[in-house]
Amino acid sequence: MASLKELSKNPERLTGGHRLCAGCGAGIVARQTLIAAGSTPVVIANATGCLEVSTTIFPYTAWKDSFFHSAFENSAATCSGIETAYRSLKAQGKIKDDIRFITFGGDGGTYDIGLQSLSGAMERGHRMLYICYNNEAYMNTGIQRSSATPKGAHTTTAPAGKVRQGKEQNKKDLTQIMIAHDIPYVAQAYVGNWNDFITKVQKALAVDGPSFINTLTPCRLGWTYKPEDTMWISRLAVETCVWPSFEVEKGVYKINVIPKEKKPVIEFLKLQGRFKHLFRSDNAHILEAIQKGVDEKWTLLQRRAAAGCRA
Amino acid sequence: MIKTVYSKGKLVAKTGNEVMAEAMRQIEPDVVAAYPITPATEIVQIFSQFVADGIVKSEYVAVESEHSAMSATIGASAAGARAMTGTSSQGLSLMWEMLYIASGLRLPIVMAEVNRAISAPINIHGDQSDTMGARDAGWIQIYSENSQEAYDNMIQATRIAEKAKLPTLVTTDGFIISHCMEVVETYPDADVKAFIGKYEPERYLLDIKRPYTLGSIDLQDYYFEHRYQLAQAMRDAKDIVLDVAENFEKTFGRKYGLYEKYMLDDAEIAIVVIGSTAGTAKVVVNELREKGVKAGLLKIRVYRPFPVEEIAKDLMHVKAVAVMDRADSYSGAFAPVYSDIVASLYASGVTSPKVVNYVYGLGGREISTGHITSIYETLCKITSGAEKPSNKVEYINVRIK
Repeated sequence: MASLKELSKNPERLTGGHRLCAGCGAGIVARQTLIAAGSTPVVIANATGCLEVSTTIFPYTAWKDSFFHSAFENSAATCSGIETAYRSLKAQGKIKDDIRFITFGGDGGTYDIGLQSLSGAMERGHRMLYICYNNEAYMNTGIQRSSATPKGAHTTTAPAGKVRQGKEQNKKDLTQIMIAHDIPYVAQAYVGNWNDFITKVQKALAVDGPSFINTLTPCRLGWTYKPEDTMWISRLAVETCVWPSFEVEKGVYKINVIPKEKKPVIEFLKLQGRFKHLFRSDNAHILEAIQKGVDEKWTLLQRRAAAGCRA
Repeated sequence: MIKTVYSKGKLVAKTGNEVMAEAMRQIEPDVVAAYPITPATEIVQIFSQFVADGIVKSEYVAVESEHSAMSATIGASAAGARAMTGTSSQGLSLMWEMLYIASGLRLPIVMAEVNRAISAPINIHGDQSDTMGARDAGWIQIYSENSQEAYDNMIQATRIAEKAKLPTLVTTDGFIISHCMEVVETYPDADVKAFIGKYEPERYLLDIKRPYTLGSIDLQDYYFEHRYQLAQAMRDAKDIVLDVAENFEKTFGRKYGLYEKYMLDDAEIAIVVIGSTAGTAKVVVNELREKGVKAGLLKIRVYRPFPVEEIAKDLMHVKAVAVMDRADSYSGAFAPVYSDIVASLYASGVTSPKVVNYVYGLGGREISTGHITSIYETLCKITSGAEKPSNKVEYINVRIK
């Protein structure tokens, strides 16, 4: 559990003045990650995406730590090269400092085009924290469907139209894929609960090996809501069990945030323009299917957590 | 009997792949990240054994693809490490995106590249289509005629890359050099290490006291200048290559330049060629010279940066030139080396030589002294006026209906 009093003493390592949208979740993820790191030196690698293009417009940078970007699909491989250089130079006595490595990627760079690179880096066991700021579509190129886009959501490449109602498929369960890599720490987190997120980042940075945090990160433009609702909408994702907050430490599941009262998914969906078409009477069956999918997944997660092992 | 050139040199029997791995052992980079591919596999296989046996201090990253190999090498280089990789053909093709990023970020990566045909159809044998496809990626390209050159080129490449701040690849012809055992003179580890020197990057990610952002988005107001600097760095690299070659000759006794002239100074007809075929062509030149034919050869060693003025000057007096390309361009025009030669001549005001283009040896197709002799015979006919120079690509040893 992170202490706000202690955290307030930590330096701000992502400066203001970057060009992320008002209400953008990605900036919150990056800032809180670096606050969580405290005084530990870090080197950051970033996949091409909103976070990277909005924070590093040459000759400016919002990053007070060393920051590296090379391409879209390879941030995990790139970071594994940086981490290997560190191990090599440290073993040779050419570097004395204790440094940690953090990679940021959106769901495009993580779930889809960068999945191979991520899988390879995790399997090789590089000590790095990979944080997916998952806003559930390719937001940087203008809201195209990704494999993280949930069923029914409108995107510009799986739009709601006269005969199709947004994305027809379920989202990929990347967190489970990462758990299957048998890495020491995997978590799902969300914007809107600083304590939950920062605690997870600190745990992840402390493990001697690869770690992965999949963070639900609302995009006010792509999800279509008012900028001031970012935190609120993200919390609703957890309260409706659309996006449970949990972690898997050495194979053991733990649900970190159990909703006092499990709200119906429509509470989460109705605030967002991307689901607007689902509230037409002829689309009621889609809402039902979404609710059913969420219920099944939540039951399964509870069973896994109760079993105290990778069920 | 073969003798050493360097007083402390040692003669060993090694394949092209083995000497490239041997050079890497002596260079001892901080990080090597690679993915196996025929015919370059042995290089990284041998090197990972060095790591496993604790013979080198290097870390080896066994990545899951060539795209990740180049990405990890880029990450390691940006972090401040001396970083190397090795690949061939499809592997180099998969790296394509990252090749441009390595040069755009001015990272002095060195790559051992074994030339192989590119798909489709899939073919594992030697031609130069792979690196010719990457000819404008901002990498210095150094080609080798044999294993000795491959070894010497790897050592020089490390210094060249770090001085020029440009990634550099050294090639051998797939199987012809990579798998052929030859006598090679190697130098003592300490002497190689002294020659390449310590790597001291100006800025690097792990320098946490001076953190910096690398790989920024670069818009209309800066991008063009950065790309211009890259183009200029490549032009300036010519002097760096020559300077390193001069030091190399002073240290180890072997002379290298941007290209090699073989019986060229008084030649009336000449072939321009890259790689192992130069060895075959030299035999033909000797035979022709014995018959009194003024035949010569220009073997390009450094294809990028291209020695524009130098080559134009050295071909100026030749009456007819055949440029042999072991890669086609599928452009409807001409193959890569021919296009560069003709552009260099024309831009330098040299318009007298008749220049013809031959594509040969794709997918490892045999190129014999007989084929090369026939090219020189055609050049003789062109100079005597018996034959008009072809104005299109001619193909050697291929079945055309």
